[in-house]
Amino acid sequence: MVMTARNLAVARGGVTVLQGLDFALAPGEALILRGPNGSGKTTLLRTLAGLQPLAGGEIDLPPDTVAYAAHADGLKSTLTVAENLAFWAAIYGGPSPDQAVQAMDLAALTRRRAGELSAGQKRRLGLARLLVTGRPLWLLDEPTVSLDVASVALFAEVVRQHLAGGGAAIIATHVDLGLPEARVFDLDPYRIRIMVRDGFDEAFG
Amino acid sequence: MRALLLRDLRLAMRTGGGFGLGLAFFLILAVLVPLGVGAEGATLGRIAPGILWVGALLACLLSLDRIFALDHEDGSLDLLATSPIPLEGVVAVKALAHWLVTGLPLTLLAPGLGVLLNLAPGAYGWLVLSLLLGTPTLSIVGAFGAALTVGLRRGGLLLSLLVLPLYMPTLIFGAEVVRRGADGMALGTPLALLAAISLGAVALLPFAAASALRVNLR
Repeated sequence: MVMTARNLAVARGGVTVLQGLDFALAPGEALILRGPNGSGKTTLLRTLAGLQPLAGGEIDLPPDTVAYAAHADGLKSTLTVAENLAFWAAIYGGPSPDQAVQAMDLAALTRRRAGELSAGQKRRLGLARLLVTGRPLWLLDEPTVSLDVASVALFAEVVRQHLAGGGAAIIATHVDLGLPEARVFDLDPYRIRIMVRDGFDEAFG
Repeated sequence: MRALLLRDLRLAMRTGGGFGLGLAFFLILAVLVPLGVGAEGATLGRIAPGILWVGALLACLLSLDRIFALDHEDGSLDLLATSPIPLEGVVAVKALAHWLVTGLPLTLLAPGLGVLLNLAPGAYGWLVLSLLLGTPTLSIVGAFGAALTVGLRRGGLLLSLLVLPLYMPTLIFGAEVVRRGADGMALGTPLALLAAISLGAVALLPFAAASALRVNLR
């Protein structure tokens, strides 16, 4: 198992949003998180990445496993595409950026400054960063935002190769990535409902 | 860690990186003070140590909020926090980068500005030495303040209010070293205290700043 979560609860701003989460991820598996806006997908990913403390339960995750890709790509606009990638490769001590450049179709852009890229190109660069981390578990928060259809297919292929190499991924997305083998994990049953709705609240009924 | 240091230095040198802002401020201050105070050499010479130290301190303050705010805005800070580098190391490296692009150039520029302010001849060596010992404190304390205010929009004012009281011991002892140097008096005590504050700050504050960052990233 790459990771296991048992009876996990996560909180945002001190309010628990999800609880009772039980799931495990084997090498080669992808998990797609589904749920409406505000259901706690990002919070869950940030908690798994270690940026937020657990609100309850436990996570079994070996250290140095996770590569996290958030809404923001963490690019420096005054550095070139190659410099941005080389920096993250050096930080993680991962594989050389060349392969990542090929995989995300960035070869023509390596000498351009990241600030001059289009939104979709920036996103591709941000996702190429995952490849230079060399980490087995990818946590992806809406990875396909601002990507066109061709780039989504390109990225799905990158994820598929990552899985084939024994990696794993947890992806929060609204878009169909074209990964039929991925397991869909609906967060709705685990949500904590704070608002009192008609006929729904037993405690005050 | 080396990669992070090189990246921060490179970013500071590129357009909009803010390198030179502190230096320019320091230069302007040292040029304007003689014009405001008047060209009387004795008066200028007496206030020169204090002016130079206050100038260096304010110049340092100018670029503090950039230490973490820029990385927080573009998401790099989240990614650095999940990277193999411990957050304490990130803080230490970023404070070092800040010192290399502000504290060190200020130290090297200060003797030249001492001439403008009619600093006593015996004080130049002590001015450089005191700034060399004192400016690392300014950077690391500043990094701590920046870590505390990283999530706040327009946190610059709060950062200044937090950090300035912590700068006072360094300012007092730093200026005292130069003043005593100018008068040819014994200056072992303020020099030792200045160095002690620096060493203590460098040893302890990366841990405090990293804890503050962890809380702010939640």
